[in-house]
Amino acid sequence: MSLHAVSTNYPRQWQRPPLFIKSRSMRWLVYGGLFIYLAAAASSVEINWIRAYEGLDRGWRFLQGFLVPDFTSRWRDIVTGLRESLTMTVCSTIVGILVSIPIGIGAARNLAPAPVYYVCRGIIAVSRAFQEIIVAILLVAMFGFGPFAGFLTLAFATIGFIAKLLAEDIEEIEASQAEAIRATGASWLQLINYAVQPQVMPRLIGLSLYRFDINFRESAVIGIVGAGGIGATLNTSIDRYEYDSAGAVLILIIVIVMLAEYGSGLIRKRIK
Amino acid sequence: MTARSEFLQWLGWFLLVAAFVFCWRIMTQDTIWAFVHDAPRQGGDILARALPPRLDYLGQLWIPLWDTINMASLGTLAGTAIAVPVAFLAARNTTPSILVLRPIALFLIVASRSINSLIWALLLVSILGPGMLAGIIAIALRSIGFIGKLLYEAIEEIDEKQVEAVVSTGASRLQVIDYAIVPQVLPSFLGTTVFRWDINIRESAILGLVGAGGLGLKLQSSLNMLAWPQVTAIFLVILGTVFVSEWISAAVRKAIV
Repeated sequence: MSLHAVSTNYPRQWQRPPLFIKSRSMRWLVYGGLFIYLAAAASSVEINWIRAYEGLDRGWRFLQGFLVPDFTSRWRDIVTGLRESLTMTVCSTIVGILVSIPIGIGAARNLAPAPVYYVCRGIIAVSRAFQEIIVAILLVAMFGFGPFAGFLTLAFATIGFIAKLLAEDIEEIEASQAEAIRATGASWLQLINYAVQPQVMPRLIGLSLYRFDINFRESAVIGIVGAGGIGATLNTSIDRYEYDSAGAVLILIIVIVMLAEYGSGLIRKRIK
Repeated sequence: MTARSEFLQWLGWFLLVAAFVFCWRIMTQDTIWAFVHDAPRQGGDILARALPPRLDYLGQLWIPLWDTINMASLGTLAGTAIAVPVAFLAARNTTPSILVLRPIALFLIVASRSINSLIWALLLVSILGPGMLAGIIAIALRSIGFIGKLLYEAIEEIDEKQVEAVVSTGASRLQVIDYAIVPQVLPSFLGTTVFRWDINIRESAILGLVGAGGLGLKLQSSLNMLAWPQVTAIFLVILGTVFVSEWISAAVRKAIV
């Protein structure tokens, strides 16, 4: 009798458990707070509807320019821009990585003494804190317009990226291998060469290829503030409302990024 | 290591060095070295002018800062709203058509990822006129690719057994997505979104350089006036904001993943 009564008390309907916040009041507080913030944010946007409406025509022309790009009339500017962008990307990636390797080793807790560690971590933090475009503004002011300032910008940004990931990689190496090498009486350099380098090399190559992609994409941006490259070409064609040339530049950027991603994917697969 | 593979390795390094020298020569053919030699002095000069930062200028920066944060949040929201359907169309196991819709969705993702939000902003300011709307759309367009790529990869890596279990109850396609796929990808999806929001705050801080509102607008006018102490003040605000948003995003990701 009592058994029967208990069994009918089972819930007849299944209710989906909440995915994140268990407490109901907390959940409403978080979601409600988010909603209020987003509503406040949306109401703070002032939109000039007349101007936006007038822009529709231009937007349509841009879409047409993107679908039917004009490669020919600005071809010489495009070639100059691409040449600057590509050479800038290659040089900055190589130089950036060469500089990042010692900094990355210095920023690894298990290899470097404390003072070196803090200096290297500081360099990484500074490089990561400032975006490429801000660094580019400062370097263009110092070095003058042109791809050299862009090269320095990208190399500087590469340091923060590669050195940080390399340092984390080195900190996670298999300690027993390092110990084995140390037990043979190896010097510090031999330790790096025989215990650390073989363990981190495949990932370092993968990261370098990935950074190459990023540097090319960024090289298209820093041209806007005068650091050379395809961004300058793009900026000029948009300023002149030549959307078909701008469309051509954008398509070239997309194609090159796709090729670089595909190529680096192939190389990474072979290394693994 | 065989002689052949050793040879190939040396060849690879040699080609890399050759490519570097080649690119370096092309890149620097128009470089004016006098400017480069002069750069340390120029840098010192700018630094001397930029310090100390003009702190009373900070009072004028709160509203642009609010705009910057709003552009990032609304842009992330809009980008996410578009990225979710695109990701489901791009994932091999949820796409309705592998031959037509999947390549289109993948192309949208690549196109959005290849082009920086500053370039989108440049275009949109020229189309829509200066203001926050252009910035929001620029942020949204760039976010589609980032969120879409990570989400579709997460969808492709789900545990198929749960899908099978829900299918065997007679669930419809949408119910399968709702009960078998969404719960599996939701934590990583929210983590990705918050991470993108953090990146978007950095990016929206500079979108004003091309006329899209926020702190960048103040940066642009200060740079034009060569008011370096104001530039330093703006940098301080950007750095502080980036620091706080990175902390928020790290805390949220730690809580949900």
